[in-house]
Amino acid sequence: MAIQEFCDVAVIGAGHAGCEAALAAARLGMRTVIFTVSVDSIALMPCNPNIGGSSKGHLVREVDALGGEMGKNIDKAFIQSKMLNRSKGPAVHSLRAQADKQRYTGEMRRVLENTPNLTIKQAEVARILAEDGKIQGVVTCSGAEYRCPAVILCTGTYLQSRCLYGDVIQPTGPNGLQAANHLSESLRELGIDLLRFKTGTPARIDGRTVDFSKMEEQKGDPVVVPFSFTTDPASVQKEQVSCWLTYTNQRTHDIIRGSLDRSPLFSGVIQGTGPRYCPSIEDKVVRFADKDRHQLFIEPEGNYTNELYIGGMSSSLPEDVQVEMIHTVPGLEQAEVVRNAYAIEYDCVNPIQLQLSLEFKDISGLFSAGQANGSSGYEEAAAQGIIAGINAARKIQEKEPVILDRSQAYIGVLIDDLVTKENHEPYRMMTSRAEYRLLLRQDNADLRLTEIGYQVGLIPEDRYQRLLEKREAIDREIRRLQGTNVGASAPVQEFLQRHQSSPIKSGVSLAELIKRPELDYDSLAELDEGRPELPAAVCEQVNIHLKYEGYILRQQQQVEQFKKLERKRIPPELDYGQVGNLRKEAVQKLAAYRPASIGQASRISGVSPADISVLLVYLEQRGHNK
Amino acid sequence: MADTIAAIASGLAHGGIGIVRVSGEQALAVGDAVVRLKKGSLAETRSHTARYGFVYDGEKPVDEVIALVMRAPHSYTGEDTVEIQCHGGPLIMRRILEATLKNGARLAEPGEFTKRAFLSGRLDLSQAEAVMELIQSQNEFARRASLEQLKGSVGEKIRELRGRILHQLAFIEAALDDPEHISLEGYPQQLEQELEPLIGEVRQLLKGAERGKILSDGIRTVILGRPNAGKSSLLNLLTGEERAIVTEIPGTTRDTLEESVQLGEISLRLVDTAGIRDTEDQVEKIGVERARRQAEQADLLLCVVDSSRPLNGDDRQILELLEGRRALVLLNKSDLPPVVAPEELAALVSAPVILFSAREGTGRRELEQRILQMFDAGEIGKGEQVTITNLRHREALEQALNSLLLVRESVGQGLPEDFFTIDLMEAYRQLGLILGEEVGEDLVNEIFSKFCMGK
Repeated sequence: MAIQEFCDVAVIGAGHAGCEAALAAARLGMRTVIFTVSVDSIALMPCNPNIGGSSKGHLVREVDALGGEMGKNIDKAFIQSKMLNRSKGPAVHSLRAQADKQRYTGEMRRVLENTPNLTIKQAEVARILAEDGKIQGVVTCSGAEYRCPAVILCTGTYLQSRCLYGDVIQPTGPNGLQAANHLSESLRELGIDLLRFKTGTPARIDGRTVDFSKMEEQKGDPVVVPFSFTTDPASVQKEQVSCWLTYTNQRTHDIIRGSLDRSPLFSGVIQGTGPRYCPSIEDKVVRFADKDRHQLFIEPEGNYTNELYIGGMSSSLPEDVQVEMIHTVPGLEQAEVVRNAYAIEYDCVNPIQLQLSLEFKDISGLFSAGQANGSSGYEEAAAQGIIAGINAARKIQEKEPVILDRSQAYIGVLIDDLVTKENHEPYRMMTSRAEYRLLLRQDNADLRLTEIGYQVGLIPEDRYQRLLEKREAIDREIRRLQGTNVGASAPVQEFLQRHQSSPIKSGVSLAELIKRPELDYDSLAELDEGRPELPAAVCEQVNIHLKYEGYILRQQQQVEQFKKLERKRIPPELDYGQVGNLRKEAVQKLAAYRPASIGQASRISGVSPADISVLLVYLEQRGHNK
Repeated sequence: MADTIAAIASGLAHGGIGIVRVSGEQALAVGDAVVRLKKGSLAETRSHTARYGFVYDGEKPVDEVIALVMRAPHSYTGEDTVEIQCHGGPLIMRRILEATLKNGARLAEPGEFTKRAFLSGRLDLSQAEAVMELIQSQNEFARRASLEQLKGSVGEKIRELRGRILHQLAFIEAALDDPEHISLEGYPQQLEQELEPLIGEVRQLLKGAERGKILSDGIRTVILGRPNAGKSSLLNLLTGEERAIVTEIPGTTRDTLEESVQLGEISLRLVDTAGIRDTEDQVEKIGVERARRQAEQADLLLCVVDSSRPLNGDDRQILELLEGRRALVLLNKSDLPPVVAPEELAALVSAPVILFSAREGTGRRELEQRILQMFDAGEIGKGEQVTITNLRHREALEQALNSLLLVRESVGQGLPEDFFTIDLMEAYRQLGLILGEEVGEDLVNEIFSKFCMGK
């Protein structure tokens, strides 16, 4: 007799999306089962050995503020950490940490294993059960049936995946793991449109065979900033490992050019669409032919191993060409390849079929998150995972879904982009995609989202109280500085002169002085006799808020306008064919995307401002006639 | 309530009364910034009340008007509304509209007043179909008109400018995204160098827009000169015995009386002709002050100097007004024995001096040629030239210029590079409005196609 069990939420896949989804659902009281083809690869990092980076660091912080795990986990498992873009504006500061991959996996597994309501199953899910557009459960390859009202697809790059290099094609998932070959068919049977995407990873080499003296050392920051708002900064000050910088050269490029006919990317064997932001080395050499060298970052995979990751050299060239090209690189002349670079093709969901809650528009109770939605990256996956987990739980609890909008979080931008825009390649987060970037900083993710996490039920009371205190301290200090004036006295003028700042003509508030580029909150301490002792995180917020006040206010006004259109809801069942005077293209697009609001509709390419006006008029009329 | 919009509500044809309508949250504030009342303000005015006043564009008087205040929800749009009724004529209406745009309103989209009227429940629901049709057809019409006006090199030029802005944006964003691959070391200086020509070229386009305006509206011309210098003879000579008056817009004050003279492709709009005619024979009391006020509004200054009398203080003060302006000095009464030599004038002003006799008509040809030359009339006449005639286009160009100036300011202040992108993107978006193109995925596409990044 086949097993039949009952649960609330089934999560398919235990990568970065699956882990956050399962943890969120279980923590919200749902009996949750997480399925993986290999329990040993929970939260696996099959590609780059780091977490964070530009805009991805923002996502990790946001996941943390909502009560997710990724930030805490990397704080335990990091071996080097850097705040990128420190010399630039606060909006683009980004934390990135190198991870000990095994530690990362192990720590996350431990968290999952110790979470009440959460069960781990090593099994390949073969079928999704749905009736009348409603989820019923899942069936594994062995026929075991799990009946449940909510399922979350977190299948990563495993669906019908195949790995390629040269003329070698292996029917596996990443890292040689078992592919999921049955589920695609079941999804198609449910009427789900699948895309075929492609990505890749570089080779790993044996650290003992690398000559580090020929490369530039890249050290971590002297003072490490933790990812999680709950991690004590003192606990992350530890010995760090280095990464190494080296370069390709003309010889490398010649070898690549001479072997292009043997690359499955160029010979047409690979049909999936690859990401432009993460091009293979052969892509770079062809597309940027004028560049005489490309940077390579040699990054350790962890403290448990000698293996090194060659950042910047992902490839699907044949094995022998890979070895030959690696050996042209200074420091890598003798390098032994442990694992080949490969390209991987996989099925993913066309995300326009999803609502902003990450639930399918047409299948109630079916959610989807992570690379399965055509995104790329661990952080993008985790961000969707926690939202899908929360919303699956809320669906069962019959609560409104949590939807973050573009003015609240990078997570909001990510999901809105995925479900609203046409994606032709795996989607990667970038700070330029966030139009309100100045408001969505990594330093204020807690101020933006902790309250939501608390209301959802993932943030405990004491953490929420600490947030309220922090917010209050920031407001109080800003008001104090706005009300503290200094006169044009000799010591003040002397101070200004010392900081290459022009003298003041009459009394001015400290809040005004902070705005000067050459001054900041810290340097003004000298003039500020009544300054209270405050935590660094509070001072940072006060400084940023006052310094960039003009820009921040401008963006806040834009957000007001934006919200007006977001608040105008469109009924999901609206028949766009019935709306007279919409242009044909607009009807087609709107019918395909079924946007939730006028705001979302306005972001669909092919829908003009006039179409939006027409739609507004139509909805108004319809509202009255009902 | 939504943002505040403005448009000409009466059609652009010459007519008795023109109406510029302003609607939205800030309508009364915009109205107050544009219309000066004798007493009080529109903000204090009761609903459905007409107020008498003058429209000012900054310090320049434009027209005498009636401003109608209609407060929400008792207006066509259901929003606070000010209707400014003026003395018709496309030019006056446009100047009033432009004044509202400078003071916080934005140009209404085609059909937008009607849309707002509908959305605020001011129109019968059964009219929804008609409203939707109106919106779509007016937009289509505006789009076609816009494309029509972009024929020739303007569209190409704007596309080119946009490309350059996008490239800078993409470079900054690529560097922010991948700081270890792409460095911004020394970039602000480089951007400053890129900005100068960009700003210059947008200004050039705006100048072209001004030229387009001159072509359609005529050159606003003011005749200056001390009493009895011969201003009215010049006026008579220009308007001609044959009375070559094209339009005459009688105002209730003599300030607004204008006469128009055709000069080849372009027309001169002679301002305050009433003032000249009325007062020439009498002693003018406020010569210089009046001249200064008028000079401010002019595209062209014609200064008449009596060559038979020595220059006095008034002459010198009036001549000073010509500095930095498009101006011509007419040394009149060249038929009489001269007391003032052209050289003496040339030492005082940089404007060209023309020997002239209003009585005998000498110098008229030279005057006309100089004017045509000065306004590049040959250029204006050619259809293929880079000219912007559409107000919406001009508005977008102004905004783009403004944004580029803000970028320059941010660079000058030493702000971090990511701040530059805010206004660069706005300039890019505004220029896109002219072409009817949205931003979409342009930036991301540019980043990936131009900059090699990633792992």
